Amino acid sequence: MTTPAIETHGLRKSYGDKTVLDGIDLSVGAGTVTALLGPNGAGKTTTVHILSTLVRPDGGTALVNGCDVVRDPGGVRAVIGLTGQFSAVDGLLTGEENLLLMARLRHLGAKRSKARVTELLEQFDLVEAARKPLATYSGGMRRRLDLAMTLVATPSVIFLDEPTTGLDPRSRHTMWDIVRSLVAEGTTVLLTTQQLEEADELADRIAVLDGGRIVADGTPDELKRLVPGGHLRLRFADAATLDGASRLLDESARDDAGLALTVPSDGGVGTLRAVLDRLDAAKLEVDDLSIHTPDLDDVFFALTGKKDQNGKKDQPDRVDMKGTEP
Amino acid sequence: MTTLSPERPAAQRTPALGASRQSHVVADSITMLSRNLLHMVRYPGLSMFTILGPVVILLLTVFVFGGTLGAGLPGVDPAGGREAYLAYVMPGILLITIAGSAGGTATTVSMDMTEGITARFRTMAISRASVLAGHVLGNTIQAMIAVALVLGVGLLIGFRPTATPIEWIAAVGMIALIAFAVTWIAVGMGMQSKSVETASNLPLILMLLPLLGSGFVPTDSLPAGLAWFAQYQPFTPFIEAIRGLLLGTPLGWNPVLAIGWAVVIAVAGYSWSMLIYERKSVR
Repeated sequence: MTTPAIETHGLRKSYGDKTVLDGIDLSVGAGTVTALLGPNGAGKTTTVHILSTLVRPDGGTALVNGCDVVRDPGGVRAVIGLTGQFSAVDGLLTGEENLLLMARLRHLGAKRSKARVTELLEQFDLVEAARKPLATYSGGMRRRLDLAMTLVATPSVIFLDEPTTGLDPRSRHTMWDIVRSLVAEGTTVLLTTQQLEEADELADRIAVLDGGRIVADGTPDELKRLVPGGHLRLRFADAATLDGASRLLDESARDDAGLALTVPSDGGVGTLRAVLDRLDAAKLEVDDLSIHTPDLDDVFFALTGKKDQNGKKDQPDRVDMKGTEP
Repeated sequence: MTTLSPERPAAQRTPALGASRQSHVVADSITMLSRNLLHMVRYPGLSMFTILGPVVILLLTVFVFGGTLGAGLPGVDPAGGREAYLAYVMPGILLITIAGSAGGTATTVSMDMTEGITARFRTMAISRASVLAGHVLGNTIQAMIAVALVLGVGLLIGFRPTATPIEWIAAVGMIALIAFAVTWIAVGMGMQSKSVETASNLPLILMLLPLLGSGFVPTDSLPAGLAWFAQYQPFTPFIEAIRGLLLGTPLGWNPVLAIGWAVVIAVAGYSWSMLIYERKSVR
């Protein structure tokens, strides 16, 4: 790998006696996507604010594109774009005027500004709403406009702070598509998220942040291997079938009261099919099946030995296959 | 829909800044000014509101209290009290107009802060002076328009200034300078406020100052402590300077004091705003 687009060493920040960042070491390769995963208050936004020159660190160093965020903020600002948690748009202007404002502030010149704005409106599906006031925009449209404003000057490093929080599933997928196409063009992306699924979808590497420290760092697959939460839960009609299945699948844990078996799984189709095939071969009928994939809760439980402070209950990603004939 | 054009020239990815950054301050200030003026054109209701207040106070003081108050002015024939009071109160009303308009700036500055667009401007290497100058110049223009309209209402109900053309020019210049100075304070207030609500209330202090000066009654009619405050607060020379220019009352040192105060207030407001800009623009 060439020189990293983003590099931090021992980054620290505290507000009063509350330590927000407690020594962050991060390295993001040019043209890759890294997700900062963590609960509220983990330090994700503060990290992004330091890297985008909004907040000065108390200690440590941070380089973006080789420029130090404290000593050369101008050099950093020339290459970055930030789309924050709260939409940074001018609510009193139209979408088009917002984009033109950005183009003028980036000194693109009248002709190029016009062309770039037209291009972005098309790419972000905002042509129809271009001349309407922002008050008429949906949450998803505002977020798309926000990102389009960030991209006016085609920055090479983009920070996305919880880009899909509060969006409906469709807008979320649209946002993911946009991020993927940015990466396809060679843009470096650092995004923060609370959702493991989002990090998994988009990121080449995931850094798990908790209490101002990085508690794990790796590819999505590496991370998932650290998390034992994934399993299949199989329920049977009677105790005899349960007995049979329990003998067949020796790695499983049985729950006699619930007439159920818990089988460790990576959540993939392959393992699911293998388990069902074995039961099928032994003529054992499954009454009900659900797939539990590891979520942020599991990640935190595994990595920090404590539950996510929201006290979120174990809510499985349930794929109901009731009455499925194997 | 989200296929971003793959061909992108390498040079375009890193726009050259560096040396040309200084020259951008002026261009960016103009961009920011046009943004603020666009707000004004798009939402004239906000500006109308700042005119309505002073007009109501003007009509109230002249037609309700004016007869009695005018009769109490030194050297005024009780029979012509209301007209005399209209002439007396007009400069104070104009100052209230300027203060009210500055209040609008505090609100818009605070809105920019809470909506996060100021943070966006900061990550774009736009100098803080440009961002704030856009607000200040925009509001100074807005305040001048408001003052012209309120003055128009005054003329309609019988205000008759005696100023020569040169005195008019001087008066307009003085009003612009005062508006510019007071707006810088309002920018600081808008930035300091934690919420838009606070930001819209804080500048009420500015609207009170003409009342606690020579705006509505002569300062020597006030009780001793208040008279002392009225004598030395900036709005009294502001009002006296405008009164002298428009109506030919003795100017004395008032224009000098007014200009001095305006410069002090502008510098103080500017320094305060610049100082807290970086700290307050991240929420």
